[in-house]
Amino acid sequence: MLDIPQNSLYAMIAVVCILFAATTTRIILRAKNPEKDYTELRQRIQSWWWMVGLLFLVLILSKNATIAFFGFLSFLALKEFLSIVPTRQADRRVVFWVYLSIPIQYYWVVSGWYGMFIIFIPVYIFLFIPMRMVLIGETKGFIKAAGILHWSVMLTVFSLSHIAYLLTLPEKNMQAGGVGLILYLLFMTQFNDVCQYIWGKMLGKHKIIPKVSPNKTWEGFLGGLLTVTLGSGFLAPFLTPLSLAEGFGAGLIIGISGFIGDVVISSVKRDLQIKDSGNLIPGHGGILDRVDSLIYTSPLFFHYLYYLHY
Amino acid sequence: MMMPRILKILFFGLIIKPIVLIVLGLNVCNRDKLPAEGPAVIAANHNSHLDTMVLMSLYPLSIIHKVRPVAAADYFLSNRMLAWFSLNVIGIIPLDRAGVINRDRLFEGCNEALCKGDILIVFPEGSRGEPEKLGAPKKGIYYLLKERNDVSITPVLMHGLGRALPRGEALLVPFNCDVIVGDKLPIASNPDELVQYLSSTYEYLLQYCLTHNTLE
Repeated sequence: MLDIPQNSLYAMIAVVCILFAATTTRIILRAKNPEKDYTELRQRIQSWWWMVGLLFLVLILSKNATIAFFGFLSFLALKEFLSIVPTRQADRRVVFWVYLSIPIQYYWVVSGWYGMFIIFIPVYIFLFIPMRMVLIGETKGFIKAAGILHWSVMLTVFSLSHIAYLLTLPEKNMQAGGVGLILYLLFMTQFNDVCQYIWGKMLGKHKIIPKVSPNKTWEGFLGGLLTVTLGSGFLAPFLTPLSLAEGFGAGLIIGISGFIGDVVISSVKRDLQIKDSGNLIPGHGGILDRVDSLIYTSPLFFHYLYYLHY
Repeated sequence: MMMPRILKILFFGLIIKPIVLIVLGLNVCNRDKLPAEGPAVIAANHNSHLDTMVLMSLYPLSIIHKVRPVAAADYFLSNRMLAWFSLNVIGIIPLDRAGVINRDRLFEGCNEALCKGDILIVFPEGSRGEPEKLGAPKKGIYYLLKERNDVSITPVLMHGLGRALPRGEALLVPFNCDVIVGDKLPIASNPDELVQYLSSTYEYLLQYCLTHNTLE
């Protein structure tokens, strides 16, 4: 059992309170407007309970359980990505090797081998995939296939494994620990999604990228960014080694890059002419639909923190 | 019949369901349209041995013994081990594809199962065919249900399993796959009509697939 440091424990309790508030609000809404259909809202909130419940369970269990959890998340995300993008039948065996990169990458995380963690996928897997493809010998569509395969591991394994590495970093904020870093990153990223959505609903007028996401507006983006920057600043000394001012910087990074991650995955889906990447999480869609912002925020937040404090 | 039922529950509960749900992963569309009780027939397209396993794992363990795939006798009864496993653990209804015996005898096993209220899984295309390609449905399914107007056909389109485990491959590679359940087919008055219904339904259901993009 991992002893959850005090501040992180408070943060976890606060998240559970937010979920209780969401469920209560939904029940009141339903009672007030019995004729309206709240199925999707109910599914969304229920799924949030599951996701938060699972995450907190592994956080409480142990450091290695949490790392394994994120490894499994990478597996689900990679599988979903490879299932929606075009792959060649000839590359089945290459795809198998691509999956094997997950346990190896997360082994570097567990063992705290930073140098290997940071180059394994961008260098070794990058060079390995085309070599394995050459051994199969199918040259038709080679460039596209190699590009897709490497992009898929970068997005779903390399990027997401940065969340797990936060637990391996030496603890600098004793009241929060590595768990505090994970809670901070995940909470701020999801909070950013929610804030941009709410600001957009309230004030949204000027579209940012109508071709990719017709619902995204400048008002939503800037309103969300402001809220998240302020929130991140005030929360940073509580959960991370970052100071108040550094926290504002982290908030800017999370706000901007979270938005970019969201629209990058949206572009992928639009290209493939699908709305959701799967239907594993009721009310949300697939795993990729949920971790899209995290793909961008995790490595960027990690390296910001690493540069300033490690 | 208790022993095979326990074997079937163990096999699906401990091996097949975890593989199908975790290693593979399903995008199920319109699950509520699956027949909940028999007699009923599910007509699915066929690309992989996993097709049967995926369809069966959509059912809860409590009624999984009622779900019976109709399978080729020449393949699944070809050796003693496979025959024992197919008949007792999976619970297949063997069908003689060679066509030497007459039609009434041919569907004897199927009719018996339908009378018991089982849910039959039928692959109207016959064999598995090319990965991820829809083959032409054959007419056999019409003759199977000719005398049974009380039994409806639920079409199911699966996509992506031909990537995970195509014909002739032993290595299973994880891919999500789509399972799209269609509306019950109307009653056809002749075999060509039924084949037409099936083909057009599969084509129509294809638009709900998330995994339909290919590089070839």
